[in-house]
Amino acid sequence: MSNAHDALFRALSDPTRRAIFERLCREGEKTVGALTARAGVSQPVVSKHLAVLKTAGLVRDRHEGRQTHYTAEIKALAPLADWTTEMAGFWESRFDALEDLLKRMDQ
Amino acid sequence: MNDTATEIRSVIVEREIAFPPEKIWRALTQPHLIQEWLMKNDFKPVPDHRFKLSAEWGSVDCRVLEIEPNRTLAYTWDAYGLESTVTWTLTPMGSGTHLRMEQSGFRPDQEQAYQGAKFGWQRFFENLQQVLARAD
Repeated sequence: MSNAHDALFRALSDPTRRAIFERLCREGEKTVGALTARAGVSQPVVSKHLAVLKTAGLVRDRHEGRQTHYTAEIKALAPLADWTTEMAGFWESRFDALEDLLKRMDQ
Repeated sequence: MNDTATEIRSVIVEREIAFPPEKIWRALTQPHLIQEWLMKNDFKPVPDHRFKLSAEWGSVDCRVLEIEPNRTLAYTWDAYGLESTVTWTLTPMGSGTHLRMEQSGFRPDQEQAYQGAKFGWQRFFENLQQVLARAD
């Protein structure tokens, strides 16, 4: 759970990458070329950022001829805005502590 | 305010435990045992009893909602703007127990803004809120 969190935070920690992702959220599917036109960096750099976003589950790609189209996976952000992620970790650790206690308790 | 901020969500943790329900029940309902795996407390197994769970980082306000010995225990869990209910269900399985915990509730809007500020991404989270609200 925290590894997935780390990947999300890492992916979104870079302003250029965040701008690319926000643009996909706002404007829908885009090709690498279209994204490069307004990113202020070269196409290979945009491709590299997209690869990081893809690894974090934040975008998915679709190949069509020579073009690759990218779409934002908005649902991948849910853990960041969701208290359940935080509490799930808490309860898992409490279950561990409860099991330890049960082993120490008298019948 | 939007639906995303006030939506009820829940977290469920389930585990097969190699001890009978009666033993687990004691650990869930006796204050000196609760303290060992959860937090310091003034719990009493009485419906409507209000109690506090406390740790170094703060405390949780609780109230007993439902109590059925060796089977079900439910209490409210209010802390840091999170208003929720924790329900424990014990089901005998062979010589052990299937233990299930469900916490359900919601966190008010300002709490999400706090989360955003915490990571220095408040503006980003505001955008995110709008995006998430449109996504469903």
